[in-house]
Amino acid sequence: MLVSYQWLKNYVDIDDLSAEDAAERLTRGGVEVDMLHIRTEGVEHVVVGYVEECSRHPEADKLSVCVVDTGSAKRTIVCGASNIQAGQKVVTAEPGAVLPGGVEITTTTLRGQESQGMICSLQELGVEQKLVAKEYQDGIYVLSDDAEIGADAVAEIGLRDTVLELDLTPNRPDCLSMLGVAYEIAALLDRDIVHPDTAHKESAEHTSGHVSVQVDVPKDNPFYGVKVVKNIVVGPSPQWMQNRLTAAGIRPISNVVDITNYVLLEYGQPLHAFDLDRLGSSEILVRRAAEGEEMTTLDGETRTLSSEHMVITNGKEPVALAGVMGGATSEVQDDTTTVLLEAAYFQPARVRKASRQTGIRSESSIRFEKGIDSGRVEEAAERAASLLETYAGGEVLQGRVEVDHRPSENKKIETSAGELNGLLGMNLSEDDILSIFRRLRLPASAENGVIIVEVPTRRPDLEREVDLAEEAARLYGYDYIPTTLPSGVTTPGFLTDRQRRERRMRRFLESSGLNEALTYTLTSREHSSRLQLHTLPGKVDVSLPMSEERSTMRTSLLPQLLDTVQYNRNRQINDAAVFELGSIFIGESGGELTKQPQEKTVLAAAVTGWWDTHLWQGEKKKADFFIIKGVLEGLFNELGVASAVEFVRSAHTELHPGRSADIYLNGVYAGFTGQLHPSVEKEWDLKETYVFQLDMDLILSYDAVSVFYETVPRYPAVTRDIALVVDDGVPAGKVERVIKEAGGNLLHDTSLFDVYQGENLSAGKKSLAFSLVYLDPDRTLTDEEVSRTHDNVLKQLEEEVSAELRK
Amino acid sequence: MIDRLQELGREALEEIKQADSVKALESVRVKYLGKKGPITEVLRGMGQLSEEERPKVGQKANDVREEIKEKLEEKTEQLEKAALDEKLKAESIDVTLPGKEVKQGARHPLTAVVEEIEDIFVGLGFQVTEGPEVETDQYNFEKLNLPAEHPARDMQDSFYVTTDMLLRTQTSPVQARTMETFEGQGPVKIVCPGKVYRRDDDDATHSHQFMQIEGLYVDKNVQMSDLKGVLEAFVQKYFGADRSIRLRPSFFPFTEPSVEVDVSCGICGGKGCRVCKHSGWIEVLGAGMIHPNVLEMSGFDPEIYTGFAFGMGVERFAMLKYGIDDIRHFYTNDIRFLNQFKRA
Ligand SMILES: [Zn+2]
Repeated sequence: MLVSYQWLKNYVDIDDLSAEDAAERLTRGGVEVDMLHIRTEGVEHVVVGYVEECSRHPEADKLSVCVVDTGSAKRTIVCGASNIQAGQKVVTAEPGAVLPGGVEITTTTLRGQESQGMICSLQELGVEQKLVAKEYQDGIYVLSDDAEIGADAVAEIGLRDTVLELDLTPNRPDCLSMLGVAYEIAALLDRDIVHPDTAHKESAEHTSGHVSVQVDVPKDNPFYGVKVVKNIVVGPSPQWMQNRLTAAGIRPISNVVDITNYVLLEYGQPLHAFDLDRLGSSEILVRRAAEGEEMTTLDGETRTLSSEHMVITNGKEPVALAGVMGGATSEVQDDTTTVLLEAAYFQPARVRKASRQTGIRSESSIRFEKGIDSGRVEEAAERAASLLETYAGGEVLQGRVEVDHRPSENKKIETSAGELNGLLGMNLSEDDILSIFRRLRLPASAENGVIIVEVPTRRPDLEREVDLAEEAARLYGYDYIPTTLPSGVTTPGFLTDRQRRERRMRRFLESSGLNEALTYTLTSREHSSRLQLHTLPGKVDVSLPMSEERSTMRTSLLPQLLDTVQYNRNRQINDAAVFELGSIFIGESGGELTKQPQEKTVLAAAVTGWWDTHLWQGEKKKADFFIIKGVLEGLFNELGVASAVEFVRSAHTELHPGRSADIYLNGVYAGFTGQLHPSVEKEWDLKETYVFQLDMDLILSYDAVSVFYETVPRYPAVTRDIALVVDDGVPAGKVERVIKEAGGNLLHDTSLFDVYQGENLSAGKKSLAFSLVYLDPDRTLTDEEVSRTHDNVLKQLEEEVSAELRK
Repeated sequence: MIDRLQELGREALEEIKQADSVKALESVRVKYLGKKGPITEVLRGMGQLSEEERPKVGQKANDVREEIKEKLEEKTEQLEKAALDEKLKAESIDVTLPGKEVKQGARHPLTAVVEEIEDIFVGLGFQVTEGPEVETDQYNFEKLNLPAEHPARDMQDSFYVTTDMLLRTQTSPVQARTMETFEGQGPVKIVCPGKVYRRDDDDATHSHQFMQIEGLYVDKNVQMSDLKGVLEAFVQKYFGADRSIRLRPSFFPFTEPSVEVDVSCGICGGKGCRVCKHSGWIEVLGAGMIHPNVLEMSGFDPEIYTGFAFGMGVERFAMLKYGIDDIRHFYTNDIRFLNQFKRA
């Protein structure tokens, strides 16, 4: 809503308050003023000039040379407008004047003719092209004859004004009207309201002699009323009215249309003017549209309607889409003489549907949708009649024809000072509260401590006691609410085990050198089929995506992490290590969802480029399988599940077949890790890149093995190193398992310290060197005992993996 | 004999002085103090001496020996120190060369903000609850006092996945879900962080995906002044003890009264600057007293229980805290951006 400050002053005395101050008061009171627009901002020293002479430029057909009296001087000014004529009073920018955007006017020469200034159009004063009335759109603006020569032209036109742009919350549709804003500011400042003048003469002829009204859908349309005004002369509306409309962003059209728009802005009540002679009948029938019924709206578009839409008809055909837009056939035109004025109350939801489905958002539909004041419909009609009489020469017929199904009684809300104070934590007296309701013009009475408020129709947002509490608090001032802490029982705050483990996980990965990334959940269909944890039954698609790129919920975190790596590579950042913890979304096999999709928490990472760099010492190491595996092993240890984890060669087709592993937790598949398949790397334009993706819901469902102190060894350990030669295909993990099983209780620790292939070994063989530590916590082991166990280890190795000791 | 001993002493000291290595000193020691050394030799002739002279000579011999020993030690120490100095000098490095970097990743700034806010509320007795990102219309809207056709639904244009399921537009459905689990028995004190989605074109200040933290406090006799107190405590912990808050009336369907919460500008101290658009205040939270309809729909009797709710945008908090000017940075994951939050 755009509120002309000059206009607002018609309803409430705020001459002592600047627009800025009023804006601040409104905002603090709950009606937010988003911005202040100073009309014709930057225009200086532009005056009213009188065109004494006007002749064709000798060198240019389209230019005129004018002599303009500006009060202080006679200026010769070259003007290109086609509507310039001698005898006009025009907007004159003399040398030294400034136009919007800091354009300074100087004396110039146009085709050999000196021009001492410029004659201006409204656009040149900063009025938007689309808001300029048709007659002035292509030329200069012509002031009325009584404008004073030499006076400030902006003030003469009536454009010295500031416009308040309101950012209204949906609960305050009352402020979609000048009167509503006036009520608000009057309440805030405790001032009087001046109501618009609705007085007009009535002819002896009665409206009912010209038209009848029938409403078939009283639920959708609780009130429908019409007035008839005849002998209308269509022409421009007065300049002040045009100024107020343009301040509100509405283009002046003609007096009749402008008056309906003016009253719409003034009361928030949309009106529609039909040309009664073009209506095609003398009856109005309000009904639902038939399925597939067509009508051409004012904008020339043919609309196909449905039974969800309500239409105003002439008994046969639709003449308006109720509350949204009038029809083209019965539109008021230049030769219209008899106007049928519609003033109605339409149900918000019905108008909303029509507006949604047709895509028409009009000043009218916006207001009906949010709820207009059902109690002011008639007053608005009379106001329009009054204006039609004054500014369009109309003769208002007697009375109205109307169908009224509105509830006859206003809603009442009961409350008390105690209740309101209890909710707000304040200490207002009953008098304080009654005084606030008086300022808000909410009729209220108090008896035996009970306050009864009768809610006026202009405030449909007031439904129950808490709404009154808000009114009391915002008028009294939130600054006066004290600051307290809740008086109830205190409870301990804490994070759940799961939340704490997720945090530990993040901390561990960060301290391992990975950056946390956050990517979008919505992704492309292409991405949603890639690098999945396992085959999913279905996806979760968005019904009306904004783009293909954001059309479905992710099924894997990796595609977008790879996008991240690629994004960085495109910016010469070739070393990246990123992880993300987030949800993937699992749909149903049928396609359509029958219940909320499963959301699985997944952890994924991508690592590429130099992992370790220390340039001046020449040490560096590229990311490889064992680096990412080391991170994972550390992570599993951090989460207390390391002992249950097993890495098994993976068959994931998007991973490098020789450098990837599936991860099992107690034998259950929990994710994968490894190098991307080179073809996938190529697709994303990546160098060697290692990834992992884990099912965290599964992993975190295992309790962490609790930490329990073991006695620090008091007896010496015995270390035996062995180098084993085995077949190339024997996994080191298997060899280690054999060692551990054969070593039994005495084998305290085993670690692989060398892997060798090549010279001195026959083809197809490799050497693995292990360090075995034997220890008994209770005594010193004898050499003999150690040898007995160690020999058993060697024997088992030979039997199970054909390992030979390397000589 | 005394003269001879004195002479030997002088000779020895001179040789010690000349010695330039620990080895040379050792040979001096062997030469003069060894069993076959000249001092022992002299002492062997002691038998010829008188009773009176004997102790004097003996004393002298001891003195000479002691002196030689002392000087030897002194000189050894000197030489060893010189040798060590030499060695250390050779081992000298350029201490201005950079140290070995400890590899360290960064926390995402949004995670940093979420965790900090969670911790503050945990300290105030709240628990952290989470919920699904794909929500039912019922939980996302209806149970929050936003029935179908409510004009306020326009405020949150959403991504639907079926006619009655959508990507949640706010984290408040988690509040409704959590409240239900309490079966009408307070107190309930929770904060709910999470991702939310709205149909916005991505630009510097809009994102179709962003993060919210909403909170809820339901108990008997909760008043609006408590909302002010708890949020002031939070704001002062997060932004600094010198900050103050103010409430401005606003509208949210699930609270009544509803307020916007402004915090005094930390850049200008309230005097007005570019960051606070010259108002001295920065809008940081939406809040209000939970609407009785919402309490009712979640199983609480609004005649017995009242409560307050609040919500904040995590991106906005991060932008204010770190001075970030474009919301898209949070989701682009430029390493040069992420690396800046290692200390966050
Ligand atoms: Zn500031």
